[in-house]
Amino acid sequence: MAEVVLHGIAKTFGDTVAVDDLSLTIRDGEFVVLLGPTGAGKTTTLRLIAGLERPDCGRVTIAGRDVGRQSPAERDVAFVFQQYSLYPHLSVYDNLAFPLRSPARRLGVEEIDRRVREVARMVRIEHKLQNRSTRLSGGEMQRVAIGRALVRRPAIYLMDEPLSSLDAKLRAELRLELKRIQKELGSTLLYVTHDQIEAMTMADRIGILSEGRLVQIGTPREIYADPANLHVAARLGQPHINLLPIDLLPGAAVPSGALTIGARTEHLEIATSAQGNAEVDWIEHLGDQNHLHIRVRGHKLVTLADPYLSIKPGDRINLTLRQPLYFGPDGERLR
Amino acid sequence: MSSVNTAAHSVVEPTPTAKRIAGTIVILYALVTMIPLAWIFLTSIKSPPDSISYPPKVVFTPTLEGFCNLFTTRTRQTPDYIQALPPPTGTCDEITRGRNMVIAGPSNYWPRFGNSLLIAFGSTFLAVSLGTLAAYGFSRFRVPLADDLLFFILSTRMMPPIAVAIPIYLMYRQFGLSDTALGMILLYTAVNVSLAVWLLKGFIDEIPREYEEAAMIDGYTRLQAFWKVVLPQATTGIAATAIFCLIFAWNEYAFAVLLTSGSAQTAPPFIPTIIGEGGQDWPAVAAGTTIFLVPILVFTIILRKQLLRGITFGAVRK
Ligand SMILES: Nc1ncnc2c1ncn2[C@@H]1O[C@H](COP(=O)(O)OP(=O)(O)OP(=O)(O)O)[C@@H](O)[C@H]1O
Ligand SMILES: [Mg+2]
Repeated sequence: MAEVVLHGIAKTFGDTVAVDDLSLTIRDGEFVVLLGPTGAGKTTTLRLIAGLERPDCGRVTIAGRDVGRQSPAERDVAFVFQQYSLYPHLSVYDNLAFPLRSPARRLGVEEIDRRVREVARMVRIEHKLQNRSTRLSGGEMQRVAIGRALVRRPAIYLMDEPLSSLDAKLRAELRLELKRIQKELGSTLLYVTHDQIEAMTMADRIGILSEGRLVQIGTPREIYADPANLHVAARLGQPHINLLPIDLLPGAAVPSGALTIGARTEHLEIATSAQGNAEVDWIEHLGDQNHLHIRVRGHKLVTLADPYLSIKPGDRINLTLRQPLYFGPDGERLR
Repeated sequence: MSSVNTAAHSVVEPTPTAKRIAGTIVILYALVTMIPLAWIFLTSIKSPPDSISYPPKVVFTPTLEGFCNLFTTRTRQTPDYIQALPPPTGTCDEITRGRNMVIAGPSNYWPRFGNSLLIAFGSTFLAVSLGTLAAYGFSRFRVPLADDLLFFILSTRMMPPIAVAIPIYLMYRQFGLSDTALGMILLYTAVNVSLAVWLLKGFIDEIPREYEEAAMIDGYTRLQAFWKVVLPQATTGIAATAIFCLIFAWNEYAFAVLLTSGSAQTAPPFIPTIIGEGGQDWPAVAAGTTIFLVPILVFTIILRKQLLRGITFGAVRK
């Protein structure tokens, strides 16, 4: 396990700037999640660390040594790919054993067998060890892919949306499991996802990427409660943050220069009132949550509904802001 | 047909009727293409008079005379001389004496057949090995002028190889490669390698690079990753390519006639020379051809499974 540092790395493909002057420190034993829209450069960042791409400029250091001239094998990283993860001509067992059998490692047959079985139990695939890897479901394949990374103890684990094709239940289980394993081993892990629940629950720190730039990095709490700009604020929160003109609702202490107010559920106070400033449009029942769709003078808002609040579509309510977020014309946060 | 009925069928699976019609057509076609082969085989077990009788005989007494004549050289003797010999030691001995001849020694068939095996399999192995490496390079690395190079490689196939026969003949004489197995292997390799590069590049392009990248991260060098991950997945393409190369090298006649005459002669130029050795010996020629077909047949059957998948050129794989 080791600290991994990116010093101002950049990578362009033709005209596309995939990664732009990115600096990031992943501390020894830290779980960092990269969050960003599609095409933001998340995969490219992982590939730059692994040595599968050469940066146009900047340096990557792993445990203090500059790895710029090292091959992927020498860098001692493990990678879980977004797709095409398993060797199709090998069985599950051989897939898991593959990294251990590398000529550079030279482990004994028994040692390999012990570690393969241990990791198979960890990712719950031990009943399919002899299967051809092409005869697995998508979820099983992803578990084997994760297992193939976990079978080693590299300087850093790089995982590119490893849980994306699992069903919700298994995903929740593996999320916990992965976090537990990481803590137990004290592993350094850089993890890419689109899923904010994964990011919020697993990360020590979350980095938000946009168009190849690292927009903000901080603890999940910081990123959620204290976003640096509109882009970051829009990435987290379910339902999505509501963006409103500053004079729409009462209760705001607007700083000068603010153009937009960002209001999540916790920034909105609801009271039933026949003379209220808003009207309930409809209520979306998602099972564990109820989304309340509200209309205020032609603007639409979505917020979480208190299950004990007795309102129905058509009711009038009074909506007040409570310490919302303010953004300037360039989208930067104003405090 | 009612909509209920069509809905009962899977969309991708042909109906039983369609399958039966297709099957019948395939069987008929197979029969037609196999008639010449059957004819050659039947001729090989006819006696020389039966083989040229008109109308052709379909019912006849089979004999090994063709094979005996193929494997031996014989000299004509007087009946008195043959009478004085000790009793015949084998079937061929007996058949030969019946024609007033005695066996003088083994023919050159097996040595020529051996040359064919060595040259065809040797050149196929080389062409496929070199082709795989070149195709991998073209597929994975940014080769300067890759497209032009690939076109150039293919352009060597744009004229019939025999068009360059004279320069090659002169060159070979100069280098002492005429009538050597090495010379023939090099020649067939050169002709086949362009085909191999093109066919294999298509197959290797279809293997996602992520597999090698994963292997390289897992602690393997690129060469090891190529060996452990790319090759096993390219077996289909390699098998298909190998069969095409082998068939060309095995059947090649024009260069073989021109460049080999003695110790390195292959079977194709040798077989016609049998005709000369004592009249129109069609059964011996047919016997030589029958045996000549066997290696390709065996090779194709061994690689049949790979070939069937490979021959679609990756159209509908995955
Ligand atoms: N090999 C390549 N050649 C050309 N362009 C590339 C290449 N790899 C990535 N890009 C481009 O770089 C940008 C960033 O790609 P990247 O794969 O890093 O995105 P991502 O954040 O992983 O997206 P996703 O969430 O969809 O996986 C994209 O615009 C992409 O088109
Ligand atoms: Mg990606």
